[in-house]
Amino acid sequence: MSSSKKFINGAEIFFECLRRENVEYIFGYPGGSTLKIYERLYDIDFLKHILVRHEQGATHMAEGYARASGKVGVVLVTSGPGATNTVTGIANAYMDSSPLVVFTGQVPTNLIGNDAFQEADIVGITRPITKHSFLVRDVKDLAPSIRKAFYIAQSGRPGPVLVDLPKNVINALCSFEYSEKIEIRGYKPTYSGHINQIKKAAKVISQAKRPLLYVGGGIIMSGASQELRSFAIENNLPVTMTLQGLGAFPGTSELSLGMLGMHGMYWANQAINHCDVLVALGARFDDRVTGKVETFAKDAFKIHVDIDPSCIDKNVKVDIPIVGDVRLILSELRKVMPGKPDIDKWWEEIKTWQKECPLTYDMNDGRLRTEYVIERLSEKTRGEAIIVSDVGQHQMWVAQHYKFNHPRSHISSGGLGTMGFSVPASIGAAFAVKDRPIFSVSGDGGFQMNLQELITANYYKLPIKFIVINNSFLGMVRQWQELFFDEKYSFTNLGESNPDFVKVAEAFGLKAYSTDRPQDVDDLIDTMLDYNDGPIFVEFKVVKEDMVFPMVPSGASISEMIVKRLNPQRMV
Amino acid sequence: MKHTISILLENRFGAFDRVANLFSGKGFNLHSITIGETEIKDVMRMTIVTSGNDQIVEQVLKQLNRLVDTLKVVDLSDHARTERELALISINYQKGTLEELKNICDIFRGKVVDINNKSIMMEITGPPAKINAAVNVLMPFGIKEMARTGTVALKRGEQINIQKNEV
Repeated sequence: MSSSKKFINGAEIFFECLRRENVEYIFGYPGGSTLKIYERLYDIDFLKHILVRHEQGATHMAEGYARASGKVGVVLVTSGPGATNTVTGIANAYMDSSPLVVFTGQVPTNLIGNDAFQEADIVGITRPITKHSFLVRDVKDLAPSIRKAFYIAQSGRPGPVLVDLPKNVINALCSFEYSEKIEIRGYKPTYSGHINQIKKAAKVISQAKRPLLYVGGGIIMSGASQELRSFAIENNLPVTMTLQGLGAFPGTSELSLGMLGMHGMYWANQAINHCDVLVALGARFDDRVTGKVETFAKDAFKIHVDIDPSCIDKNVKVDIPIVGDVRLILSELRKVMPGKPDIDKWWEEIKTWQKECPLTYDMNDGRLRTEYVIERLSEKTRGEAIIVSDVGQHQMWVAQHYKFNHPRSHISSGGLGTMGFSVPASIGAAFAVKDRPIFSVSGDGGFQMNLQELITANYYKLPIKFIVINNSFLGMVRQWQELFFDEKYSFTNLGESNPDFVKVAEAFGLKAYSTDRPQDVDDLIDTMLDYNDGPIFVEFKVVKEDMVFPMVPSGASISEMIVKRLNPQRMV
Repeated sequence: MKHTISILLENRFGAFDRVANLFSGKGFNLHSITIGETEIKDVMRMTIVTSGNDQIVEQVLKQLNRLVDTLKVVDLSDHARTERELALISINYQKGTLEELKNICDIFRGKVVDINNKSIMMEITGPPAKINAAVNVLMPFGIKEMARTGTVALKRGEQINIQKNEV
């Protein structure tokens, strides 16, 4: 747009910028410092403002939206407490590399540092958990800062960017100009990989005897799932996924080994231990994946593709690093593969491990178990649903038992492990995706951390299926207490104090059901799938002593996997 | 091993904080940090002295590069370089020690920049090792106060070999 000499105020500039960034939704909550923006918003119809009930909910919603859609999630909150309430959500997005732009109100520039009412140094507070941030001190800088914020958030390795907007800047007048071209001299992400490195990698893979693809969330972010699928099929390569990588490759494929790591599949971890060439694609060798780093795939030749150079050699030293966009690199790699590796024997070994220690659980006593619920959910939705899980045991069971067919279908808090993520994140996802069922799966602990957002789901009549897996315990902590802390169940028993979840859901206007019988599971899933006039709630009361296996104890080498309960007497 | 890292940085609100924050947030060692203007408008030069094994220093460099506001990051330890530091050292003197102090100051090619009837202040510049040596020698006299700037450094110009017959 050519510069018009017409002067408009900061609030108008703000919305002109959002229009040009094609923002569809803002997740926000008004307050004193953002009144001018909300005044302007009153007359805006090109985007929709979603009124949340707590600013943490807004950031998780924006992340759920971003991860389901691939677009930038936008948050708008006021200064002080409004801003500090976004911190957990920003940290979550930073750890999981989700593109967010968070706009925070701020006290007028002349009061900054004065301990003014509702003042917080949010730029300072969030500095270690943002990809970048801007404090806009002059209205002239407003449009360029917003332009840069959106660009930085979604380019390279995505992440949250915070833009702090002092009240007087929003009120000030300025002419509006929005440049299409963007030039940030200190920020130039690398996209295409080095061709010689790619050729070297292709040669090594084609000559491998026991190759393994270890893929992470980077595949989903770069939209590389199709390339990955073709590459794996063309070369008959086994694929194991990280928690964030689930959905990057179809879970029902013969080539999929499922998840690896702490609660990964036995055979996937065995494959890690025995592979001779490990190809990490958009994954960062997180400690929940590697266990003891020194023994992780220790005999393997390692190839690592990542868009963030700082991820290379950070935890594990690799032999061929390739920095760039994994979609472009996979496409190049497919072109230069000299031939496919001969790995029938390797597949036999993997199949043996799969038979040796399949993923099972005990249902003989007729009591309800989470594994069964998730397994039925996976069957009944044929892996086509979007599952937004919370954090803890149920999260691992979702990861183990739900066979995701598509990318952007498994949305969970991976890096930060934020309890309370699922309820708001599922709401964000529901704004992004209208043609597939969306399930929010939480435990009884995490559900209570952001359940105020149920009213947001109900108000906007979002057809989300809220599931609470109630085992009356902070199950994952309880599991560690049983295994490693002398069965001292210190403050993990929620059963004595949990509310009546059905009544809670009903109070928020949701249809609500509860069961502890396996025979009700199918019917209740059908009920949820059939109801699309708004949110619906089901509580599954499950066995409380259940533990997630297999398990690699923290810091142990992944060959030291526990596949069964240590103390059989405690079996229920 | 100590590494001297030179950074060109946007002269922008919060840019310095982001660099400093990185060191505390990631637990990297930070021995000294200096910042000042350069010949380029709106660009500052930071000189950082850090230490750690190769893997850690590689991470330091990568993390610094990753910041949006850093324009150039160079580990000067890989290059011929000149490092300088300035120290202001204030020492109480007694009858008879003043001459000795002035001698030491001369040996280190320092300057006396302030004196009163109790104490003397000297300014010493040089590579950090020279400052350390001066401090070491002056310590027994009782250093009253000391301020050091931290290391600044620049890469040296390349040496061109001149063949004998060209002269």
